[in-house]
Amino acid sequence: MEFNPATASSKECLAYYQAKLDEEAWQAKKEGRLVCWSASVAPPEFCVAMDIAMIYPETHAAGAGAKKCSQELLDVAHGKGYNIDICSYARTNLGYMELLKQEALTGAKSETLANSKASYVPLPDLVITCNNICNTLLKWYENLAKELNIPCIIIDVPFNHTMPVQRHNKEYIADQYRAAIHQLEEVTGRAFDYDKFLKVQEQVQRSVYWWNKVATYAGRVPSPLNGFDLFNYMALIVCARARDYAEITFHKFADELEAKDAAGQYAFGAPENEKYRITWEGIAVWTYLGATFKGLKNQGAVMTGSAYPGIWNLQYTPGDLESMAEAYTKVYINTCGPNRYEDFMNIVKNAKSDGLVMHLNRSCKQMGLLNQEGAEYVNKMLGVPFVSFDGDQTDPNVFSQAQYETRIQALCEMMEANK
Amino acid sequence: MVYTLGIDIGSSSSKALILADGKDIVSSAAIQVGTGTSGPGRVMEEVFRDTGLSLEDIAFTVATGYGRFSVKEADKQISEITCHAKGIFHLIPGARTIIDIGGQDAKAIRLGDNGNILQFYMNDKCAAGTGRFLDVMSRVLEIPLDNMGDAHFKATEWAAVSSTCTVFAESEVISQLSNGVPRENIVAGVHKSVATKTCALVRRCGELQQEVVMCGGVAKNPGAVDAMEKALGAKITVAPNPQITGALGAALLAWEAYQKQQ
Repeated sequence: MEFNPATASSKECLAYYQAKLDEEAWQAKKEGRLVCWSASVAPPEFCVAMDIAMIYPETHAAGAGAKKCSQELLDVAHGKGYNIDICSYARTNLGYMELLKQEALTGAKSETLANSKASYVPLPDLVITCNNICNTLLKWYENLAKELNIPCIIIDVPFNHTMPVQRHNKEYIADQYRAAIHQLEEVTGRAFDYDKFLKVQEQVQRSVYWWNKVATYAGRVPSPLNGFDLFNYMALIVCARARDYAEITFHKFADELEAKDAAGQYAFGAPENEKYRITWEGIAVWTYLGATFKGLKNQGAVMTGSAYPGIWNLQYTPGDLESMAEAYTKVYINTCGPNRYEDFMNIVKNAKSDGLVMHLNRSCKQMGLLNQEGAEYVNKMLGVPFVSFDGDQTDPNVFSQAQYETRIQALCEMMEANK
Repeated sequence: MVYTLGIDIGSSSSKALILADGKDIVSSAAIQVGTGTSGPGRVMEEVFRDTGLSLEDIAFTVATGYGRFSVKEADKQISEITCHAKGIFHLIPGARTIIDIGGQDAKAIRLGDNGNILQFYMNDKCAAGTGRFLDVMSRVLEIPLDNMGDAHFKATEWAAVSSTCTVFAESEVISQLSNGVPRENIVAGVHKSVATKTCALVRRCGELQQEVVMCGGVAKNPGAVDAMEKALGAKITVAPNPQITGALGAALLAWEAYQKQQ
């Protein structure tokens, strides 16, 4: 039966559009159009304006983790000499790229690739990266470009040691954008389509509006939104914010949440099932998404806040490159401690959270570095208790379910004592 | 008389304690094997032995520890953090910092004036700094765990032993043994290694607050306590019967839960 977005649920839209994006990338390959692999918070606006199909390795790796097949891809990367201390998104993707590369060179699929539950995506013709969320992304993407002998577009974004964003930083980033446009004209052999670029920028703003709107439902008490759902829906704000797929899905999701709230249905069903509200800091533990969610649900703890989904709150004025530069550089992990702590406190406040859960993610030093100070600041300002646990986004070897459950239970006991 | 029961099933030992009217300890027991073994069954037999009581006489049971969800007799499960805090504060009301080192975890807990938990930190997914680390070293050094404390105080200097990995530390110890380093010196180095790792957890809780109380199986080792005192630069009180403070806290919380029910 043909998919009808008008009658489909947001969950059906999410599944449909995720699959469609991969299909479109394969179709682009077939038609001789270009496929680009992109960092999750690199601007897609330029490539989409030039009709280039986008694939997002971080989302692909997260999907492999959630499908519990990242280990076999990590093993391929380890076999190539990548160290276990490198980000597991990078390792998962470099392992996957290696399997695709071998297939392209030999014409035969390896057993690992043929049996992998990871979604099957085409190799890129170019890559685009941006260091606004970490610097591993530079070397990772340079490595992809070198291994595959393809162009690499780098949007270099300075770290914001002070806030607000300095004028010269915005100008520098806008120049990076102009260089990227020039590079794309060379790669495609066509003049940049500025009219389409403006339309894509406007689309990104509509996607961001609905993404932010969805997140506001977690501020209601009780919350109709289960915050863990943001981890799932996030795939579209990453991969399809420059398309209407994200807007359609999030608009629908917001309507569903509104209806749920009106019907007295909340994240855990009846209102009394929401015993505690927590803010989660850090990337999801994709390989144990169910276990981390259930660990909280078993205690009646709803995730109502998280800084992580807010990374894609990329609001700017279409047509204004410096405004767009500011949006992509003021991502909270690209800002100084004081700004980051303040942002974090506001998230906890808006989420009306009683406690904080900090994922000390072995892969993501950038997110983990200031966790402790951030949590101490929130604790000092709002008196909210916090707990941290060891984990990893896609390397299944770091997380211990029993240790996690003990920490979560102890946090809930502290929140109970505070009531 | 109302009896409540606290059961603390750890990774390497099982402890139980019966409390009368929320204040008098009727009986306690510890078996040196933990969850998934005969330990939980044996500790239950042991704790009831010679008491004239049976499970039917228990008004409320709280289970804690790594194996808390597998205790079918329990009316409620509570984390070991809350149970240790409860047990220690009951025994030593001046306690503000608790160091608990068990078989596979080490924790530092900071208490408020009412015994409320202000902050806690636990070790990561790593055996360094835990009882298991001492177990491994005791085997390599051929010194029974119970004698590690005596050996520690005979050391003329403390050997350097890695605090970051049990496997690497074990090979360091083996090479030191083959180089003729006295075993007593290595024992002291091993204790220092545990203390260094645990000390980091204590410091994360903020400025050290007195009184510092140590519990858990490792607190029975005076060498480990000495190393911890030196690392912290503070006097440590060892909880009476340090291995059963979690079970005591569980029994006290069982008493509170029972009263709430009434």
